Amino acid sequence: MNSKEFAREIRIRVLKMVHQADASHIGGAYSMADILAVLYNEILHVDPADYKKPTRDRFFLSKGHSCAGLYAALGIKGFFDVNELDGYAQNGSRFISHVSHFIPGVEASSGSLGHILPIACGVAYAAKLQQKKFKTYCLVSDGELNEGSNWEPIMLAPQHNLGNLVLIVDYNKIQSLGNVKDVIDLEPLVDKFKAFRWQTHEVDGHDYLALSNLFHKINAASTSTPQVIIAHTVKGKGVDFMENKLLWHYRSPNKELYAQALEQLKNN
Amino acid sequence: MRTAFINQLMAEAEQNDRIFLLVGDLGFSVVEPFAERFPNQYLNVGIAEQNMAGMAAGLAMEGYCVYIYSIGNFPTLRCMEQIRYDICYHNLNVKIVAVGGGYSYAALGASHHATEEYGMLRTIPNLTICTPGDPEETRQITAFSARYNGPVYLRLGKAGEPLVHEKGSISNIEKGQVLNVVKGGKIAVLSTGGVLKYAADFVQTNQLNASVYSFPFIKPVDENQLLSIFQKYDKLITIEEHQLMGGFGSVILEYLNDLYGRGSILKMPRVKRIGINDKFYSIAGTQAYLRELSGIQLQLTDFI
Repeated sequence: MNSKEFAREIRIRVLKMVHQADASHIGGAYSMADILAVLYNEILHVDPADYKKPTRDRFFLSKGHSCAGLYAALGIKGFFDVNELDGYAQNGSRFISHVSHFIPGVEASSGSLGHILPIACGVAYAAKLQQKKFKTYCLVSDGELNEGSNWEPIMLAPQHNLGNLVLIVDYNKIQSLGNVKDVIDLEPLVDKFKAFRWQTHEVDGHDYLALSNLFHKINAASTSTPQVIIAHTVKGKGVDFMENKLLWHYRSPNKELYAQALEQLKNN
Repeated sequence: MRTAFINQLMAEAEQNDRIFLLVGDLGFSVVEPFAERFPNQYLNVGIAEQNMAGMAAGLAMEGYCVYIYSIGNFPTLRCMEQIRYDICYHNLNVKIVAVGGGYSYAALGASHHATEEYGMLRTIPNLTICTPGDPEETRQITAFSARYNGPVYLRLGKAGEPLVHEKGSISNIEKGQVLNVVKGGKIAVLSTGGVLKYAADFVQTNQLNASVYSFPFIKPVDENQLLSIFQKYDKLITIEEHQLMGGFGSVILEYLNDLYGRGSILKMPRVKRIGINDKFYSIAGTQAYLRELSGIQLQLTDFI
């Protein structure tokens, strides 16, 4: 399976999960689906059969509400029986609708925003002290950069030369109640990270090749500077009626729209 | 107490290179010896308690036994959600150390009065809560926290608290253990934290026929020891340097009610709770002054 197929598989799984559970946050799961696909398909050193292996790369999802996407990626990858995803967010399922560390392959629970980058910083700091080679990746949403608790580790990471830390911003430009620029404008975002002494990268978050090349480039470089990838993405990417629509931050597709979306994803 | 804490922590770090101390840019003239001796087990994260708690979670995930240290409400109330969620929900090996419990920093005002924090913290699952009564208990509790694998809250006084226990008189304290400090009578004072010295002195100076117990743990408390206290005394007086609501007195009442409800005790002793009277005190003064003002005071009539 190439990364494009992997991403399509994530989207199809997520569509079913969200539809069956009448759950929300499909838009945010779709905006990061291609990033997850490239990471899990090509980049991360993780072993579904030994998911706590000390040498594994650590991937932390901070935008916990988009967990359907991560669960799907892990399920496809074989961290658990992929059919278990059918119970997502329904009575008795361990797949709660904010990411849970009780699921194999999930490093930390999140749900309250702005919590995970500090944890990732702690892990990266420990790895550096212990001279471990693994990388720590943390994916945050644009909206959650409103949380001041993100800017504490953003200040700390360069101070302590955490070159083993890679932050990815899923910059889909829409948060709960509106456009990011109308709520708390993050621009100039790249300049902000530069001012905080991070090494910055911008990429089209749906371009598999560009993502793949960038991650490989970052991994090959030996640097003591933390890296941030501003990934320009589209909320609801992959289904035309969901794309760039605030509505699909929360809505789940009814039967008719489910069929319509599935058709599109299959033909894509 | 903070000196006893840091000395014991250094002794633990000598034995265990997984001990890690994070400070939130506080601890001047206290933490420096640790930082000098264990540079790879120490980090000042700056004035950023939320990040300190989150980083502690990350370091603990990688195998460290992490202490986060700051004054009063900063490592506690300031980052309550990080404690609940990042540390306790993940059940990580992180110890939250607040120096300056109660009115230790009396004159600095309400921001520095740690008078609600354990009432809030004790509702969080997985968290063990320790409020030692003197430097000797602090040493023991610090040693306990280092060998215990899981989240612990340590509430310390400041510096210069006098000893209540004789040096070396307590050893290998166990989770929930209660300590009998003064023995006698049918009335017992149950004290937690830094008011122990005051409570013990009050009973002894006034030659009262009463017992004094120190509770270096308020969560959990050893049920068997509680049971024998509940059976032995007609009256219990709880005393603490914390708001009455949700505090140590409440802990005792809850246990008492539940043990009675279960039929483990057949009659309930009378209970008087002493603590802070649901007020902020925005007035300068010493710790002793604010204790008195806020209602943390024993009366001779309590012992009738």
